[in-house]
Amino acid sequence: MANEVLTGAEAIVRSLELLGIEHIFGLPGGAILPTYDPLMDSKKIRHILVRHEQGAGHAAEGYASASGKLGVCIATSGPGATNLVTAIADAYMDSVPLLAITGQVGSKLIGTDAFQEADIVGITMPITKHSFLVTKAADVPATIAAAVMIATTGRPGPVLVDITKDAQQGKAEFVWPPVIDLPGYKPVTKPHGKQIQAAASLIAESKRPVLYVGGGVVRAGAHKELLKLAELIGAPVVTTLMARGAFPDSHKQNLGMPGMHGTVPAVTALQKSDLLITLGARFDDRVTGDVKGFATGAKVIHVDIDPAEIGKIRFADVPIVGDAKEVITELNQELSALLKKGQPDLGEWWTFLDGLVERYPLGYTHVEDGKLSPQHVITRIGELSGPEAIYAAGVGQHQMWSAQFIKYERPNSWLNSGGAGTMGYSVPAAMGAKVGQPDRLVWAIDGDGCFQMTNQELATCAINNIPIKVAIINNSSLGMVRQWQTLFYNERYSNTDLNTGTDTIMIPDFVKLAEAYGCLAIRVEKEEDIDKAIKLAIETNDRPVVIDFIVSRDAMVWPMVAAGLTNDEVQYARDAAPVWDGIE
Amino acid sequence: MSKHVLSLLVEDKPGLLTRVAGLFSRRGFNIESLAVGTSEIEGLSRITVVVGVEGAPLEQVTKQLNKLINVIKIVELDAETAVQRDHMLIKVKTDASTRSAVLEAVTLFRARVIDVVSDALIIEVTGDTAKCAAFIKVLEPFGIKELVQSGVLAMGRGSKSITEKVLK
Repeated sequence: MANEVLTGAEAIVRSLELLGIEHIFGLPGGAILPTYDPLMDSKKIRHILVRHEQGAGHAAEGYASASGKLGVCIATSGPGATNLVTAIADAYMDSVPLLAITGQVGSKLIGTDAFQEADIVGITMPITKHSFLVTKAADVPATIAAAVMIATTGRPGPVLVDITKDAQQGKAEFVWPPVIDLPGYKPVTKPHGKQIQAAASLIAESKRPVLYVGGGVVRAGAHKELLKLAELIGAPVVTTLMARGAFPDSHKQNLGMPGMHGTVPAVTALQKSDLLITLGARFDDRVTGDVKGFATGAKVIHVDIDPAEIGKIRFADVPIVGDAKEVITELNQELSALLKKGQPDLGEWWTFLDGLVERYPLGYTHVEDGKLSPQHVITRIGELSGPEAIYAAGVGQHQMWSAQFIKYERPNSWLNSGGAGTMGYSVPAAMGAKVGQPDRLVWAIDGDGCFQMTNQELATCAINNIPIKVAIINNSSLGMVRQWQTLFYNERYSNTDLNTGTDTIMIPDFVKLAEAYGCLAIRVEKEEDIDKAIKLAIETNDRPVVIDFIVSRDAMVWPMVAAGLTNDEVQYARDAAPVWDGIE
Repeated sequence: MSKHVLSLLVEDKPGLLTRVAGLFSRRGFNIESLAVGTSEIEGLSRITVVVGVEGAPLEQVTKQLNKLINVIKIVELDAETAVQRDHMLIKVKTDASTRSAVLEAVTLFRARVIDVVSDALIIEVTGDTAKCAAFIKVLEPFGIKELVQSGVLAMGRGSKSITEKVLK
């Protein structure tokens, strides 16, 4: 039987359907118009029209991070494509499986500075796992299939497919399944047996092991295997910003988040460890502090699917390249056998760590300016919404407090922009998460600065019945920057006032803004109103909800390791360093 | 700074060179020289790149290069197990009094004269980096008017080939 002849545009839609894509976030324009025509007829794909392409990108990221599936966004050429750049860079840093499809001017116009022409393949080369330019209709199916394969396998990441207008309009036989020809792409997922043995024997000998768990465990879906491994060894677990939820916070072995704003027990455990069992983490500078002074007495087992992460920052005594799930499964088998001969005695280690947990719990001082304590607001959101909810944060103080004060019990419940630190991630990411997981309660916990970068997607949410809840932690300033100005710039507040608080000119008034977007809008200024507002938000599902929590601008994120210092210099409050005794 | 010669087998795709060069610049690796051309297999190209390694160890360079989807294989070719050659064209000022001295140097270095006019010669020389550098030193007193060179080309000694095992 002869193959069906389709236009390139029809082939794009058909390929996506055959690859199981159900949702696309995008916004049409000239160079992608041919594709939007058959997209209108697709019964399998729901296209959600955003208000800004950056919103489409972050929505696709949120969709992917919440569901574990591929996120797809689509935009036109030129500015449509460049508006995706921030989201693509964000997905690259946080290893989010993302497919970005962009229209391009006709192939004969490329290089002529045609209307809405931008070399998006060139622009995104440093921030994509790979990118393709398609100039012929016949190349569409194989390219889309290859892009999806690259984005979702190995270390996940963003892949861009730029398709010229004439490739969309041209006709070709639709061949499916297409031949994917990628001779240079062979991700290693299965670990080397000898390395597993070496890791197991280091673990068996260790007196002060720590499981240093990163986002790779979440992306690999290896949380069950991790739980087994942790209980097998009995070692403390620290979960990085990208790994919150990979290991239950309620588990007694979980010491919380390490790093610049990590808990004292988590920071100290890494620092005093003799063995870092590193799983899908990459020794980010926000975790290590000054890397020369990081965990100086520790040997390192480093498990990562990306060989280039191993040895990039810190030498690995036992490097293991592989998928976290496969590696941990094999490690569990090896260790089960080995530890039958004798369990390592971690008694002294736990005595030390338990002392830290007792003396330095996460906490905060209540503010005295009559405004709300942001940490309290966020704690209540977490407590009233529970671990089955999804929490997407922006970037800054509210992000750190959300990572600290919400208790995460399952992976993919915490979404944030970790590597890139993209302000404005939260609202569109929450929107995407709600589309991917419609039965879950989805919160965007945002700052007043972040919220003003992408709140136009409230229109998308309201119109498309995507009832997210937005909590604006409104301290009327760029809070994290202000915190640094307080601590390191003599309280000179250069350009951090945003005038969104109730004692300012309030531009914009977030309640009025949210109402204009068809949302239920609530302002909360008194502590006794916090729970009531959160409960009303949870109960309201016929439209999005925005709560404007008026919080104190004096609240700061603690603990903190100041930039450039070693983790030995962690402070749990201003000018208050923890005392470490009982261990060398 | 230590120098290493890497030979890359790559898919001949548009933008490939940009990907490789861009990777070097954004990761802070140094390219000493770069030579690109087709290989014996259609659709595949060879890149010979001389890397100056200071901070970032060579291992990071090769691992990051390996992540490029269009890079199929990378081998390091050291001076003992591989042949390495530079290729240069040099335009030297000459007159009746200096020409014979220049020609003597050409003979000594087994170079070739490929263009002659009354007041200049173009000389072609091939050899390893040290030989080419020495030749330039000898010619300098006469006055070098122009110099162009290819990147280093390198190939492993013996009968084995980089493309073996790569293509099923």
